[in-house]
Amino acid sequence: MAKLLRTDLYDLHLDLGAKMVSFAGWEMPVQYPMGVLKEHLHCRAQAGLFDVSHMGQLRVPLAAATALEGLMPVCVTGLAEGRQRYGMLTTPGGGILDDLMVARKSDHLFLVVNAACADADIAHIRAVVPELEVITDRALLALQGPKAEAALAHLIPQVAAMRFMDVADVDWQGRRLWISRSGYTGEDGFEISLPREAAPSFARAMLANDAVAPIGLGARDSLRLEAGLCLYGHDITPQTTPVEAGLAWAIQKNRRNSGGFYGEETILAQLQNGAPRQRVGLRPDGRAPMREGTPIYAEAEGGTPVGVVTSGGFGPSVGAPVAMAYLPTALSQGGTVFGEVRGKRLPAQITPLPFHPHHFKR
Amino acid sequence: MKFTEEHEWLRVDGDLVVVGITDHASEQLGDVVFIELPETGTKVAQGDEICVIESVKAASDISAPVDGEVVEVNDALVNNPAMVNDDPLDTAWFFKMKLDDMEQLDALMDEDAYKDFIG
Repeated sequence: MAKLLRTDLYDLHLDLGAKMVSFAGWEMPVQYPMGVLKEHLHCRAQAGLFDVSHMGQLRVPLAAATALEGLMPVCVTGLAEGRQRYGMLTTPGGGILDDLMVARKSDHLFLVVNAACADADIAHIRAVVPELEVITDRALLALQGPKAEAALAHLIPQVAAMRFMDVADVDWQGRRLWISRSGYTGEDGFEISLPREAAPSFARAMLANDAVAPIGLGARDSLRLEAGLCLYGHDITPQTTPVEAGLAWAIQKNRRNSGGFYGEETILAQLQNGAPRQRVGLRPDGRAPMREGTPIYAEAEGGTPVGVVTSGGFGPSVGAPVAMAYLPTALSQGGTVFGEVRGKRLPAQITPLPFHPHHFKR
Repeated sequence: MKFTEEHEWLRVDGDLVVVGITDHASEQLGDVVFIELPETGTKVAQGDEICVIESVKAASDISAPVDGEVVEVNDALVNNPAMVNDDPLDTAWFFKMKLDDMEQLDALMDEDAYKDFIG
């Protein structure tokens, strides 16, 4: 196996007592001594600091915005300076290659992509944007939770004025921080790109605040699941379209009218006529989690699976198991379905997403 | 107390044996969120998977550590799985068994051997 990469916070993670695991080629903290459940609840009640430096940070010239729009059904050219948008790279068949954030800075576009997809994304984007620059000298942290604003504003007062999906460059101790008011937990919060050498001291400064606890990948996953957010490679893949995934909201009207992106034939047709299946939320009736791969049946006995769980587990804030699955559109509107867990069909209710309400500062 | 390689502990209580999981196992599992217990009266053979324990991370099984009959289960765990993290060696016992042959216990590890086993 190739040697795992380490972020600049590796020593800090060990100091904090993290349990480290291999994730997308990186050695990352899955949990700290607090444990997944308490980390999750802490982030929802106060604030959590996440090391997401494994994610890919890319820079694209503004002039390449149109070329980038050929790769995604999301409006990039119309993105106002200082604003960020969620999007996805699509395949010619309308599937999803990766999901990403695109920020419009003063003189370039800043992209954040998933770690596991970064190499493939870079090659894919570079084919149409040769000027693509891979940023290797910056770390990336996320600060999430209702006390994130106060904690960050304590160091950098101007962030309090930012609203959801705003981006801004600010100075901290002579370093340039690229901050966005966004995240992937369903909570208000920030993502902070900063020079690698400044990452440990910045993280320690954040953690010096009593409200801020370090949060590992375990709770990052349960937080985003409760928030109904898709995990690439699980809930969204090259075999799922943005419409099936319930991400049509991310496709702006002008792109629906103009087309001109990979997979437009499938995606525009599905926007018009509906998709054959839909991502849904499931609330199992009992306490047994329905994990990824659990087959879903329409009937309590007999029949063949109508869908499969793509993410599932225990939702600490919900206090019960939660799952997301793809179901035929005709079945997806509500009602009871059955997940087969250890050979038993257990009932689950189709539930609107998110499981836990979003608290973005819009 | 006796221990298995599956990180169960066994404590003799009169002619019964009480079974739970070790604090090492509880720590490795992380926060326990779901437990399924066997029915009382179930006859089991050593190695039979008779309990399901799910943590925030994953599902795992608990197997019968010896041959015998399950005579009592700790129903409190079903409604409060977190007990397994809080008090794995005492109140969070899983089930009590009547053994076919008490001498089967002799083949299991004692505390020192278990400590060596988990290193």
